[in-house]
Amino acid sequence: MGILDKHKVLETNATLLLAGSLLVVTVGGIVEIAPLFYLENTIEEVEGVRPYSPLELTGREIYIREGCYVCHSQMIRPMRDEVERYGHYSLAAESMYDHPFQWGSKRTGPDLARVGGRYSDEWHVDHLVDPQSVVPESIMPKYGYLADKLIDGEYVGDLMATHAFVGVPYTEEQLANAGADFRAQADPDSDWDDMAERYPKAQIRNFDGAPGISEMDALIAYLQMLGTLVDFSTFTPDASR
Amino acid sequence: MSKKDNNQPGDPDTTGHSWDGIEEFNNPLPKWWLWTFYATIVWGIGYTIAYPAWPLIEKATPGFLNYSTRGEVADEIAAVETANEGLNMQLASADLTVLPENTELHNYAVQGGRALFAANCSQCHGSGAAGAVGYPNLLDDDWLWGGDVDTIAYTITHGIRNEQSPDSHWSEMPAFGEILEPEEIETVVSYVQSISGQDHDEALAAAGEEIYLDQCSACHLDNGMGEPSLGAPNLTDAIWLYGGDAETLTETITYSRFGVMPAWSEEYRPGTGLSDAEVNALAAYVHQLGGGQ
Repeated sequence: MGILDKHKVLETNATLLLAGSLLVVTVGGIVEIAPLFYLENTIEEVEGVRPYSPLELTGREIYIREGCYVCHSQMIRPMRDEVERYGHYSLAAESMYDHPFQWGSKRTGPDLARVGGRYSDEWHVDHLVDPQSVVPESIMPKYGYLADKLIDGEYVGDLMATHAFVGVPYTEEQLANAGADFRAQADPDSDWDDMAERYPKAQIRNFDGAPGISEMDALIAYLQMLGTLVDFSTFTPDASR
Repeated sequence: MSKKDNNQPGDPDTTGHSWDGIEEFNNPLPKWWLWTFYATIVWGIGYTIAYPAWPLIEKATPGFLNYSTRGEVADEIAAVETANEGLNMQLASADLTVLPENTELHNYAVQGGRALFAANCSQCHGSGAAGAVGYPNLLDDDWLWGGDVDTIAYTITHGIRNEQSPDSHWSEMPAFGEILEPEEIETVVSYVQSISGQDHDEALAAAGEEIYLDQCSACHLDNGMGEPSLGAPNLTDAIWLYGGDAETLTETITYSRFGVMPAWSEEYRPGTGLSDAEVNALAAYVHQLGGGQ
C-alpha cells in the first residue's frame, strides 16, 4: 500500500501531526468557508426591493411572534405548479432584508410570498378575525385579538436600529423618522409625502378600517406589501442562479 | 510486523499498532461498502462538473449540462403556452358575448377559468362561488356592477375601489351617520325594509320615504332597483351583501360600506396577475355559473 503504510510517522511525531492537521483544516476551510465571502453574488440585483417601512417591519415582528411561519412559507419555488398558483418564483433579493428569512419549510396554509394585493384589506380583517367565515374549509386559528391591541411605534426606532446593526441599509433619515413614518403609513389623512418618498411603493391606508393603529394594521400592512416590491418589467432572469 | 503471541490461530493479521500491548485486527473493509464509497466520490466529482456547483468570485460554475431550475420551469411553462397558443390567442381577442357558440374555445375557457377561480377567487367568493357576507355570490343573477360577460371581464381586469388600477370601478356611499340623525336613519331602514318586502313599521317607513328620495335615490334610484354603473345594489330584492335585517341596515347606512376587489390583470399586478386570455377564461367561467346576463 506504499504511502498509506507510512502514517505511523505522522502518528508518532507531534509536530508533523500538527502540521498535517493544519494542512487538512486549511484545505477544508477554504472549500467550505471561502465561498461564503462571495455569497452576495448569489443575490441578483433587481429593481425595487427596499428595507421594510416601520409599520411593515412591526407587522413582520407580529407575523413572527404569532408563528405564522409554522404554517405559511414565503418562498415560491421555481416549479410550474407553484408559479401558476402563486406567481413569479421568489428571488433571493426579495428576502435580502429579512432577519430572519421567512422561507419556511412546511405549508399547512398557502405560500404568502406574493400575497400582497391579492385580497382586500377588509378580507384580511375578516379572515384574521374568523378565517372560516370566508374560507369554510380553513383550519387556521382566529387572530381577532390583534385588532384590540393598539400600538404606538414607541420602540420601532430601536427595532430598525437593530436591523440596521445586522446589515439592513436604513438611512439616518429613516431611523430618525421611524415613529412618524410608522404613524403616517396607517393614516391616509396625515402628511405622508416624506414617508412615501423614503419607502417607495409603500401603501398608505387605514388597513383595518378601525380608529387607531392596532397590531392588525401592522400585520395587514406587512401582508399587503409581500412580493409587491420587485419591478418585474425590468427584470430578466439570470439563468444560472 | 509479526503476529503477536496472544493471537489465536485463524485470526486476521493485526495492523501492527501496539499500544500498551493492545493490538488491532487488520480486517478489510467490506468490498460492497468500499466500492460504494468510491462510486460516491466519482459521482460527486461528475456531479459538480455537470451541474452548477462551485460559487466563485463572480458567479457559480454553471456546469457542462447548463442545467438551471429556472430554465426548466421556463421551458415547462413555454411548452404549455406553445401547446395552447392558438386557443389563448383566440381567447384573448375573442368576442365574449358570442363565445358559447364556439364550443371548443368556450369549453377551454370554462375549464381553465374553473382552475383559475379555485386558485385566485375562491378565497373571497367561496370555492363554489356562493360568496360570503361582504363578498358577492356569483351564482345568482343579482349583479352589483353588471353581469354581462364583458362587464365581468372588466371587473376582473380592473377590480373595484382599489389603488392598483386607475380604471377600477369606483363609487363611495357616504357614511350617513355624519349626515342624518339616528332617528332619521331608523326611518330609512324601515323604508328599505318596506320596499324589500320585509316586516316593517308602516309609520316609520312612510317617514323614511322622503329621506330616501332625498339622500339615497341618486344612486339606488327612486324605485330602489339600484344602478349597476355606480355599484349601487338593488334594494328591493331579498339578496343582501351584508344583510337586510334592521341592525345590519342601520350599520350599513350609518358607517357605509367600501367593498374592495383587487385588480387581477397582470398589467396592474406584475408577477402575480392574469393574462388577457386568463381574464377572459375567468369571465366565461363566472358568466356561465348561472347568473350571467
